[in-house]
Order: sequence, then structure tokens, then C-alpha cells
Amino acid sequence: MTDTFSQAWSDSLQALLQRGTSAGADLVEIFLERTDHLGLLAEQDSITSVNPTFAKGAGIRVFLNGRDGFVSTNDLSQDGLTRSLDQALAMLGLQATRLDVSNGFEGLGPLRDYGINKENWLKTCPSMADASSRLLQGTSQLERFGQHLQVRRGSYARDWQEVLVAASDGTFARDIRLHQSSGLSVLAADGDHRSSVGRRYGSSDRPDDLLTWDVEASAAEVCQSAGSMLRADYVEAGQMPVVLANRFGGVIFHEACGHLLETTQIERGTTPFSDKVGHAIAHPAVTAIDEGISSGAFGSLAMDDEGMEPQRTVLIKDGILQCFISDRAGELRTGHQRTGSGRRQSHSFAAASRMRNTYIDAGPHTPEQLISSVDNGLYCKAMGGGSVGPTGQFNFSVEEGYLIKDGQLGRPVKGATLIGDAKEVMPRISMCANDLDLAAGFCGSVSGSVFVTVGQPHIKVDSITVGGR
Amino acid sequence: MTSQSLDASQLRDRIQVLARKAGVQSWDLGAACSDDCSVQVDRGEAKQLKASQRSSITVRVWNSDGLVGITSTTDLSDSGLEQALDGAKQASQYGNPDDVPQFSPLATAPLPELNRPLKSRQGILPLLEQLRDAEADLLGRHPAIQTVPYNGMAESLSTSLYLNSDGAARTMERTQASLYLYARAEEQGRKPRSSGAVRLALGSSELDISGCIAEAAERTVSHLGYRPIETGNYRVCFTPEAFLSLLGAFSSMFSARAVLDGVSLSGRDSIGDSIAVPFLSLHDDGLHPGHLSAAPFDGEGTPTQKLCLIEGGQLRSFLHSEATARSFGVQPTGHAGLGAKVSVGPDWFVVETSEGCSSGSSLDHSTCSDTFVLIEDLSALHAGVKATQGSFSLPFDGWLVKNGERVSVEAATVAGDIRSLMNSIVHLESNLEVTTRGVSPHVWVDGLSITGEA
Repeated sequence: MTDTFSQAWSDSLQALLQRGTSAGADLVEIFLERTDHLGLLAEQDSITSVNPTFAKGAGIRVFLNGRDGFVSTNDLSQDGLTRSLDQALAMLGLQATRLDVSNGFEGLGPLRDYGINKENWLKTCPSMADASSRLLQGTSQLERFGQHLQVRRGSYARDWQEVLVAASDGTFARDIRLHQSSGLSVLAADGDHRSSVGRRYGSSDRPDDLLTWDVEASAAEVCQSAGSMLRADYVEAGQMPVVLANRFGGVIFHEACGHLLETTQIERGTTPFSDKVGHAIAHPAVTAIDEGISSGAFGSLAMDDEGMEPQRTVLIKDGILQCFISDRAGELRTGHQRTGSGRRQSHSFAAASRMRNTYIDAGPHTPEQLISSVDNGLYCKAMGGGSVGPTGQFNFSVEEGYLIKDGQLGRPVKGATLIGDAKEVMPRISMCANDLDLAAGFCGSVSGSVFVTVGQPHIKVDSITVGGR
Repeated sequence: MTSQSLDASQLRDRIQVLARKAGVQSWDLGAACSDDCSVQVDRGEAKQLKASQRSSITVRVWNSDGLVGITSTTDLSDSGLEQALDGAKQASQYGNPDDVPQFSPLATAPLPELNRPLKSRQGILPLLEQLRDAEADLLGRHPAIQTVPYNGMAESLSTSLYLNSDGAARTMERTQASLYLYARAEEQGRKPRSSGAVRLALGSSELDISGCIAEAAERTVSHLGYRPIETGNYRVCFTPEAFLSLLGAFSSMFSARAVLDGVSLSGRDSIGDSIAVPFLSLHDDGLHPGHLSAAPFDGEGTPTQKLCLIEGGQLRSFLHSEATARSFGVQPTGHAGLGAKVSVGPDWFVVETSEGCSSGSSLDHSTCSDTFVLIEDLSALHAGVKATQGSFSLPFDGWLVKNGERVSVEAATVAGDIRSLMNSIVHLESNLEVTTRGVSPHVWVDGLSITGEA
């Protein structure tokens, strides 16, 4: 079989799909993958780690009566794939020896090749030398802008992936994906005072992205934040209104609500919103979107990992729940139509309904109007990571925060964690500003870690629990 | 290639030929193969059945300038290995001349005996039946338990090896099985609550299924009658799992790599410093019988060993790779990965009272009638821990205990500084518990800040 994925795989894959459906499977899906990853790390003024990684493999999924069996393998030979298919069939009590004439498989459709104009992407990405040089510019700029810096780091990751999806419903599609992310981080220390700040930037499908990265601006932003937080006091805990900045502030919606709008959560019975389509679940100020089509955004896709083109999915319109994020299994088991959101980290995972570029839409206010509406509260300028539990409780850390007193920004504070319950916090997002912006991130869940974008304009939450000291 | 076919001598022969062809004199590698399967169920039905055969190899080469490069691949064919060697050679051009790893001087030293016999695997359908039964049993334990949304049963066979061009050859094979059950319980007009339990074993037929069901049910039901907690400073008792989670999140304070990188709370000269109360002892013991995932060697082929990290409250040693050990003038400790820049991490913490020391307290979480917060588990450690600063602010599951009565705490966080916490420990209970993360007693700490919604 060829090293690259192409129409040449058609006969081989059709034979496997025929074998699976003849055995009695309702649907058989084969996901083939090749990857080429490069990771670089610069510390102070040296490149300290260069990590190339190559991988290939297949994930084979068989559906029968709503259940599924999934087998992954690194062996892409016909024997290896057949063995894996037979193993997946056996999980569901099916045997490949059975010959069922009316198996429903009518052959693969014509190859939809989304990768055809992307063949040169890998070659046109920065070389190790160029990428190394760029990172060292970054750590040099950190030295220029920062004070009391104990550690300066720059990192770069390039993830190239070629995928081929074939399914017994005729789906036959190929794509080439390219994700690049770069970041700068510092640890500032002065006596007992310490602050650690990092920023990450990411894009999809832009081979020259690293070379067009504004390193100077990024370094200045990181150093400004580290300087502000170095001598910040710990935040005093309590219930208070908060204003969350745009871009990565969108992690609140991602964690608090987005995960609960994935059909995997309906299947598990872990979302409070399963029967709320058409009902108000958020403040009327909130309209929220999940889409995979914004050019160059980290969570954008030409097709999802089940071969479906992504959509722009309005999840919440003026506070009313419109629909869920759904994949093939989600549609089968919950009835919510697929939205081109079947995603997986690699061939080792079965696809699941996952977010792509997810954000709260812009509102009518200015950021200053939000801040001036708060007497005593917290301004979260930069957010850290977060998570949501099986009962809808979410949490996320504030990397850079400032007190708000009488409508004005006050002194910086650190150590804040925002916690709450999705069902309760969504109606408290009462104001949205007009400065929507997106930020790249990684989301880990049932089908592994996937590239996503979070985003929002500045928003105001009327009351939330701020954990601190 | 399956785990059964990862043959060390055959792989060595192939790599030697390919390395010679690529002009590489000095190399080492780590390889792994695994064959595993897992099941999940949903209200009596099979939700997902999974199996995988995985293989991977990481090759490290030294170029003619003595610089190191590395590449990983899942393709163990000759062309895959050739690509990996070429990639590593190319990467070596960017090797860091100030930090060049070498072969571990202990890569051919005798390995410790590990009594971890291989267990036969049952196969996916027997796992499915057992998990179905377990789910049904758990659902029947209390009317409020309505689903078990997170559950799984798995078994695996894996092989790992380390080889180098100086003749070192390490191999290990192991079987492992796991079971987790996380139930969701809900009462009319109240918020849903969730908790669960995990069990590990060398083989799936040895899993303590009934114990896992009982613990998951007991934990979940114990959180039903929740109430908000008032924000304030509390005396806290950490369960062994919770304390080990917190300690693990700050393990960079014991890592020589982190010290050299300037991102540890410890410094080069910290050995001998008092960093905890004098009755605290901490070892890293990758060979502990309770550590079912134990490996006899690390990523550089160095034998695993028991290492004292804290004794009498004093920092006694760091975790080392070959390169950090050379920098500190000590021997590697068996805690390394494999890389151009080698990572260092702990294996299995054992927390106990220092020999001959006592806290002078007799606190016992099961009988104490004073007011305290019993923290069962911490979450979101990836987001709420600032390891380089020492601070943490973490959501937790637990109970407020007053006059011996336990009331589950509604959403709350616990915050503090790990250095202050280590010096604010007031007691370690005598009963050591083996958990899936290590060994520890219940640990009592004074004056931690808790934020609640009351």
C-alpha cells in the first residue's frame, strides 16, 4: 500500500467494509492516519530540546444496534487491518465468515480530497533552523522587556496530520491538517515574590505562521503581566461580580457550558441541559457559537474525523438553547443531528462530539462599561486552565487578576480560582462587550486532546465564587 | 507488531545495521509494545468496547560533535527505524552543548527483583459481563444513584525495553488491569453529586470488584446531604489520596532537573534544609509491593530504587537522571525518562512518620469530635497548582465534621502554599493506606483557607 493516502486505498478499504457489513455490522468506519510532529524548546538563550515524532495507524469502529466496538493498531498492512476489523466485529458477537447478501454496503463514493492543495504544507513549514532561530528571538525579547526573570522559555510545536476516512455509508474523504503553536513563558522572582506567566498562540493551516508571529509584542505582553503579578497579594475569597477579559476568558464558556452541550454528555446523563432545547439556559445577553470554519483558527477543520464538513452551529441564541454538538454516535444514540464535530486526538481514540472554535458572540457594550458597572469585584485579565466535573461543576484559575473598586481597576491579585455550576452561572452573564476575540488552546476529554479555540468579548458575571485566601 | 514480538536482540541487530549505515556510532533507545482492551457500560448495555495494539520506539543518537538528538516513531519496520535514526541525527545538530546526556553508568548494573507475575487475560467479553454486573450492583445500592456515567474495566499486556550501543539490554513484561466506577446520585430538588472508586490489579481476575462497588456507593451516598461551607480558615485532614495528589503536583521540589532549570522551589544547596515538620518522612519507592505498575529500570536503564527524600523534616536527596546526577556529583536514582533533555519524575511516594519522632498528637479522623474539614479528593490540579510559586487553589470533595457528624461540603476550594502546609502539619495518623498513587496516612494540617458559597 502507498505511504500516502489516496484513491489507491479504495479497493483495500472497500474489501474491509464489505467484510464488516457482510458479518452483520450496521456500519463500519475506518480512520487512517499519518503524523509528523516537531517540538522545540528554547530556554534562556539555548535550544534545549528538539523532538521529532512520526506515527501512523488506524482506528476501526463497528456499530451494531447502537453499540460500537473500536480497535486501533499501528499495523496498516491488509492483514493488520483485517485482524483489527475481525477483533472489532467479535466484540459485538459478529463473525466475518458470515455472508449476508443484503448487507447494505454499496461501495465507497468518490474520494473527497480536502488535502489536494495542501501537499506542500509540510515542506513549506519553517525548518528546524528557522524555528530555532525564531524561538531564540523570543527568549531574547523576553530578556529585553522583563525584569527579575529567573527563567525565560519559548516553545514551538508543529503537528502535521494526513487522514483518510472510509465508512460503509459511502463516506470516503481525505484531508491534510497543519496545526502550529508557539508560546513564551517566564518565571520572575524577587526575594520571596514569584510570578509565572505564559502565553500560547496557535493557528491551523498556515505554514508560515511562526515566521509571521509578532514575537516582540508577545514578549512585551508576557513581561508586562509577570511584572504586574510579581508582588501581587493573594485575592480575598468570596462571592463577587467578575469581569472576564476577551480571548482566553472564553474558557469559562468552554468549561461551564460547552462540554455540557456535547452529545456524549447526554449519553452519559451528565448534562442538566439534555431536555432544554428551546428553553432559556442563559441570560438573554448570551449568544454562543461553535464552528469549525474560521480561517486559520486553531479549532477549524476542512472535515471532521468522521469525514463530515464542519458547520457554524449556533448553540445558544439570546439565552435560548438551540442545539447540541453532535457526532455520528451522538446522532445514533441521542437523535441530535451531526454537526461536523466528530473529533479525536489520534487513531487510538474513537471520535466523539467535541468543540471546535467555541465562543460567546459580541454584545453592544464597551469593556469600560462592564468594569464601571461593578462596585466591588474582580477583573480577570488572563485565565489559566480549568475543568468541569460530572455534575456540571466547573473551575478555572485566574492567571492575572485585578480588583475592581467603585468601577475602577485597582491593585493586582493572584491565587484566584473561579468555581461554580454551569446551570447557575449562565443566567448571570449579564453584559457582553463588543470586542470578541479568540485564543488557541487544547481540550482534553473522552477522545483525547484536540486543538480548539475559545473566545468571547469582555463579559460580566453578576456573581461567582472566587476561591482564594 | 504485537507485544509478544518485541524481541530485544532482534531489534538490537536491526538498529546496529541501520545505525552503521547512517554513520551513527553511539545510540540508545527505549521501545514499548502493548496489547490492551477495555469496556464501558451504560445502564446494562455495552457502551463502548475498545482494543488496541500499540508499538513505539524512541531513538537517541550522538553525532560526531558529541551532541544528542532524538526521534520517536510508531513504525517499527526497517523504513520506520531508518526514518527515526535520520530524524534523530538531524535533531542532534541542534543538541545543547551545555547539557549533553550520556549513558547511565548504572545501565548494566544488576536489576532489583520485582515480584510481579504475569497474569492471564480474560478477554473483552468476560470483562463486559463483569462490568455490567458491577454497574447493576452499584445502581441497586441506593435509590439516589441513577447512573454510573464514568466506568471502565481494562486489562493489558505490555513489554518495554532499553538498549544502548555499549551493550546494555533491559526488558520487562507486565500485565495490568483496572476498574473504575464513578456514580452520579441525585435527590429531588437538590444538585447531583458524584463520587467513585478505582481498583488496580496485575490481572483482571484479581480485581477487587466488590470492594470497588462498595466504596463507590459509600462515597457517593455520603455526599448527598451536602451543605455550603462558610469561607474561613480550618483545620484540615487530608485523606491519603488527597495528600498524595497534592504532593505529586509539587514534585518538582524534589526534581534535580527542575532545580537546574530554576523552576523548583528547591535550590542546588537545599539538601539538608528543613522543609517540613520534623516528624515527616517521605520516600520515593518505585519497588513498593503496592505499586503494581512498578518497573525495574527507568528510561535510561538505571535500576529503580527506594530513595529517601525527606527525613526528620529535612530534605535528604533529589530525584536524578544521568545528566543531573553528573552535575550534582552523585549517582542516577532511576527516575529518568529518555530524551535529549531528560525529564525526571517520582515513581511512588511513601509518606510516614519519621522513625523515633512523634507529632505529640493523637488526632484520628474517625473519632475526632472537634471541628475540621476532611478532604477526600482534590480536582483540577493542572489548573489550580502553581508549582513554581508553591501556591495552590483547588476545588475539593469532602466533609465538614462537627461533633463527629459529617456533612458533605458543597462546591468549595482549598488554598495555600505548599511550603507553609508542610510546616503546618500537626499529625500523621498511624494507619498507612496503600492507594493507587502511593502510600500515606491521613494527614492533619492547621489553618488552611477554604472558600465556600455560604
